[in-house]
Amino acid sequence: MDLASAKMIGAGLACIALVGAGIGIGNVFAALISSLARNPAAQAQVQPFAFLGFALAEATGLFGLAIAFLILFVF
Amino acid sequence: MAIELHPLHQFTIERIVPLHIGRLDVSYTNSALLMTIAVILITALTVLGTRRVALVPGRWQSIAEMSYEFVANMIQSNVGPEGMAYFPFIFSLFMFILFANLLGLIPYSFTVTSHIIVTFALAAVVFVGVTIIGFAQHGLHFLRFFVPEGVPKVLLILLVPIELLSYFIRPFTLSIRLFANMLAGHTMLAIFAGFAAILGVFAIFPLGVNILLLALELLVATLQAYVFAILTCLYLNDAIHMH
Repeated sequence: MDLASAKMIGAGLACIALVGAGIGIGNVFAALISSLARNPAAQAQVQPFAFLGFALAEATGLFGLAIAFLILFVF
Repeated sequence: MAIELHPLHQFTIERIVPLHIGRLDVSYTNSALLMTIAVILITALTVLGTRRVALVPGRWQSIAEMSYEFVANMIQSNVGPEGMAYFPFIFSLFMFILFANLLGLIPYSFTVTSHIIVTFALAAVVFVGVTIIGFAQHGLHFLRFFVPEGVPKVLLILLVPIELLSYFIRPFTLSIRLFANMLAGHTMLAIFAGFAAILGVFAIFPLGVNILLLALELLVATLQAYVFAILTCLYLNDAIHMH
């Protein structure tokens, strides 16, 4: 296998990390919606944590995406 | 005008005023320029916004007051009243990252926080500062932070190294989170802009995607500044109150 195609495959593999980010973000907002459906008055207390969780879950997936970009464009 | 298609070209550091001290390269770069602009804007917002303080605040005064109250509430709820001593540091940190992220979204400008060295420097300051605060408040007793309570002695052999590792990994996760978000977001914008440059009439589709992505990036820029500040608060809370 030549280097160029190996890089493409490697970048594609690195993007699998985004599966976890998708599941994580979905989980965060699913939990937010179900908790707000049970107790809408808790919105002010719950929402900051939801966005914190969203940012943390998204960041882990972006590590993989950043690796993919580095493979494609830097090396 | 040549269109630059390489998605990572936007992160190049260019010397604006070349400056060398001996072998040390201390040139004034586009990165330094954007940092200066961010600091000037924050100073202007806070100083001019509170120059003529009115009971019913005007536009600038309310922005300044809102950002003050936002950070103050964050510290109060996460650290408690003892944390307010560190308000100036966390406020500067939050505002600097927020302005650096938002200024980076302006086309043809430069994103300071998309360089790992910048975010790592910020995270290292937080890490070293918080560790010093912990030792200053508790003395050597701060080392008990790494020994979980109510655990069988045998398990401590396993748990103490894990606690130590999770403590020392903090500056890395803190800096990589901000850096990777900015790098990935801006690269994605540039890639879709690259599609728009070669598609001719159909450029409208990647352009539409780019508009939506820009909205997402606006959210991410604010959110990452918030996350950086709130994690600093949580680390500070660990140092002041132990667990």
